[in-house]
Amino acid sequence: MSAVLELKGVSTFYGAVQALRDVSIEVNEAEIVTLIGANGAGKSTLMMTIFGQPKAKSGEIIYQGETITALPAFQIARRGIAQSPEGRRIFPRMSVEENLLMGAQVVNYADYDKQLSMVLELFPRLRERFAQRGGTLSGGEQQMLAIARALMSKPKLLLLDEPSLGLAPLVIKQIFGAIRQLNRETGLTVLLVEQNANQALRLAHRGYVLVNGAITMEGTGAELLARPEIRAAYLEGGH
Amino acid sequence: MTRAVDMLKDAAAVAFFALLIFAPFLGLQLSDNDAGGLSLSARPALLAAAVGLTFLARIAMLLWHQYRPAAPNVHIAAAAQKSGKYIAPALLVFALVMPFLPGLPNAYIDLGVLIMTYVMLGWGLNIVVGLAGLLDLGYVAFYAVGAYSFALLATNFGLGFWECLPLAGILAACWGTFLGFPVLRLRGDYLAIVTLAFGEIIRLIITNWVSLTGGPNGITDIPRPTLFGLKFSMAGGPGTFAGFFGLDPHPSQRITFLYYIILALALLTNWVTMRLRRQPLGRAWEALREDETACRSLGINVRNTKLTAFAIGAMFGGFAGCFFAARDGFISPDSFTFMESATVLAIVVLGGAGSQLGVVLAACVMIGVPAMLQSLQIYRMLIFGAALVVIMVVKPRGFISTRRPTVALRKAKEIGAELIAQGRG
Amino acid sequence: MTILQVENLTMRFGGLTAVNNVSFTAQQGNITAIIGPNGAGKTTLFNCITGFYKPTSGGITIMHGKPLRLDKLPGHAIARKGRVARTFQNIRLFGGMTALENLLVAQHNKLQAATGFGVLGILGIGKYRAEERAAIERAKYWLAQTGLLERADDPAGALPYGAQRRLEIARAMCTEPVLLCLDEPAAGLNPRESAALNELLLNIRADGTSLLLIEHDMGVVMKISDHIVVLDHGKKIADGTPAEIRSDPHVIAAYLGEGDEGLEETETTL
Repeated sequence: MSAVLELKGVSTFYGAVQALRDVSIEVNEAEIVTLIGANGAGKSTLMMTIFGQPKAKSGEIIYQGETITALPAFQIARRGIAQSPEGRRIFPRMSVEENLLMGAQVVNYADYDKQLSMVLELFPRLRERFAQRGGTLSGGEQQMLAIARALMSKPKLLLLDEPSLGLAPLVIKQIFGAIRQLNRETGLTVLLVEQNANQALRLAHRGYVLVNGAITMEGTGAELLARPEIRAAYLEGGH
Repeated sequence: MTRAVDMLKDAAAVAFFALLIFAPFLGLQLSDNDAGGLSLSARPALLAAAVGLTFLARIAMLLWHQYRPAAPNVHIAAAAQKSGKYIAPALLVFALVMPFLPGLPNAYIDLGVLIMTYVMLGWGLNIVVGLAGLLDLGYVAFYAVGAYSFALLATNFGLGFWECLPLAGILAACWGTFLGFPVLRLRGDYLAIVTLAFGEIIRLIITNWVSLTGGPNGITDIPRPTLFGLKFSMAGGPGTFAGFFGLDPHPSQRITFLYYIILALALLTNWVTMRLRRQPLGRAWEALREDETACRSLGINVRNTKLTAFAIGAMFGGFAGCFFAARDGFISPDSFTFMESATVLAIVVLGGAGSQLGVVLAACVMIGVPAMLQSLQIYRMLIFGAALVVIMVVKPRGFISTRRPTVALRKAKEIGAELIAQGRG
Repeated sequence: MTILQVENLTMRFGGLTAVNNVSFTAQQGNITAIIGPNGAGKTTLFNCITGFYKPTSGGITIMHGKPLRLDKLPGHAIARKGRVARTFQNIRLFGGMTALENLLVAQHNKLQAATGFGVLGILGIGKYRAEERAAIERAKYWLAQTGLLERADDPAGALPYGAQRRLEIARAMCTEPVLLCLDEPAAGLNPRESAALNELLLNIRADGTSLLLIEHDMGVVMKISDHIVVLDHGKKIADGTPAEIRSDPHVIAAYLGEGDEGLEETETTL
């Protein structure tokens, strides 16, 4: 099983504050890997570091055998990594269609139509709002748009930062179901950061636990779900 | 190796653009020829040197980006913070005693007056831009209103400087409120453009309403400020400062007096601002800069808060204008161009994050440095420009890029600029 | 006793009807939740109630003392006269100010009144000092309630996400509202933090404030709400107690989906 993405001993700083400590993870071909942890543990930082913003101060990030640690973000994106970032970051003054077009910049037109019908199938809401400006969409709809935009580029590796944030329970189930389906049918590799540890660990093949910037635990989804510490810290009182 | 090739390609592209830009300016030279006309000559060596230098500089910059030392400059920041506590009092003491430093030529006191004027303007604009986050590009309008109010009241009604000072402030504040109304809903760039237009409108009114303002000829014979009725004239005698104190009249006396007036006005501006920052009004201004929508949801009357910021900022501009008219005894529309607004805004932005001390430092740099480099003639602006670029790169949020909270349960900690909003208008 | 009455509320943006003839009441001392699929019009409804949009038609009345039409008040008067406070879906704190300063800004109107048009305050005379002290005490109370007393002097923008959400609630409470409107307060909170949020909201209700909240986290909604209103495509499709809503077939189809049983486990080996 080859690793699509590997982080080796990555440390990241925000000014003087260390956000990631010597983090090593790997995501293998056609795997769904999830990263869980409390707010402020560094999950989003890790996602952003993969894209080099902020750049890792030490350690290496290897994507499909190539070291991408020092590459500028847009070149990383062109290598087939797509991200639905924290806070959605859709283009508010562009329509839903234009947002999706922006996501598809790196693919050719034949694939564009195919990807478009796939994402609209996944999020029928976006079809309803196709011509509307991104900024007029509700929070949850913007989240759908962010994920759809990431999928438009037919990525090899999909990074999802809290995709369930602000989404209705039914939609969360649909998205997670769709991710599983895409993974099974097309071998899409996914790295997922989630607050919703329950759903994430059920979806993922493997998971890592991030505490204060360091990996403290790893295992398969089922293993982690069964661990009492995980239940106590991340699953208690949940739905 | 691809890294090196990429760098060379990048630098070559930059050098090519440099060639296109420098060719007409450096590569060609226009000079008078013997026939009384103009002739064009080429300076290929200079052009090659400039392009070559650009190429090398670009490579250096790319290398620096790559291999930048990763040392967090926490220590520098901490040291700067500690010494920061002493900078402000030290500057204040220096400002108080400056005119009496032995051997100081008058020109320096004059420069001090100039810098102090801009400090006051900066502190006034700081209320609008730094605290409330409203991008005002037409501050010179209030400066002009203050100056012309005094000039007109003095030449038409015979009022003196001290009587006109509060009136100038009130008139400027009124104009600040007028300006504020139409501008309330505008954000960022649009607010900037409209305020810029207002500044120009005032200048055009002054230039064209000849019967009132004398138009481009300006107003002369504006009375100078007196010390409790004592005039500062060069002919000594009763009723003058020199006569009263039994001294030989000397130009430095008037200049020193002027210096202390503007110092007092500036310190007044500062004191009011510091007090207001601690009041709900000042806090509301800063909250407005951070997030206007949240302010509204908390019940703050955003419209009135913005208007108050404009009015109070304008008032201090008016005071400064009144002083300016009194200093020279003569004003004309030429002194109230957009460049003035831009300079004051640059001072506020360079000062950073609504900081009072920052404005002082920025005024010293923006006004003091070009004045002191006079002797360097054509290289003056080059050096000044380079200095500004360096400052922008090293301190993009201004000299003092931290904010001190106005209230604390335990200890007030400085807040870094990355958290402070820049104000969308 | 009714605290909020929404009658035939409609909000149209050009050709798009975001809220379509919605009516419901919220009882005093209750926690009323508004749920529904994304894009159903929940935040638009909130924005109408809290004065950020003027409804196209219909009325919103707050009944505290004498009834007051919220849709007729200017935005900033909603908090002052209507005594309605809100938090935002995308947190809107004053990031460059400390937590304590944020809470003092919330008490602006009271403090401003005590400064006598600002003049007396500048000169340091008058009731301002006393009023400021009282305001700081009130701020301390809410910082303690939200577990943020230790971080009172930290800049709000540097606080961790969960703390920021709590600070926004504390700030809203410092305006002493009779109705607190919360827009997705549990978004991004892990189950532990959600449980703490539940406790906080229950305490606020116990103190006498009524709550209105938009939320997707059923763990919060079902546990603490007294009354739930369900929107879909701008219309109200259900209105009742948590038990009623949980078993309503329309709501399940449109929003909740079948329970967790529907989610299969992923294979653990590849």
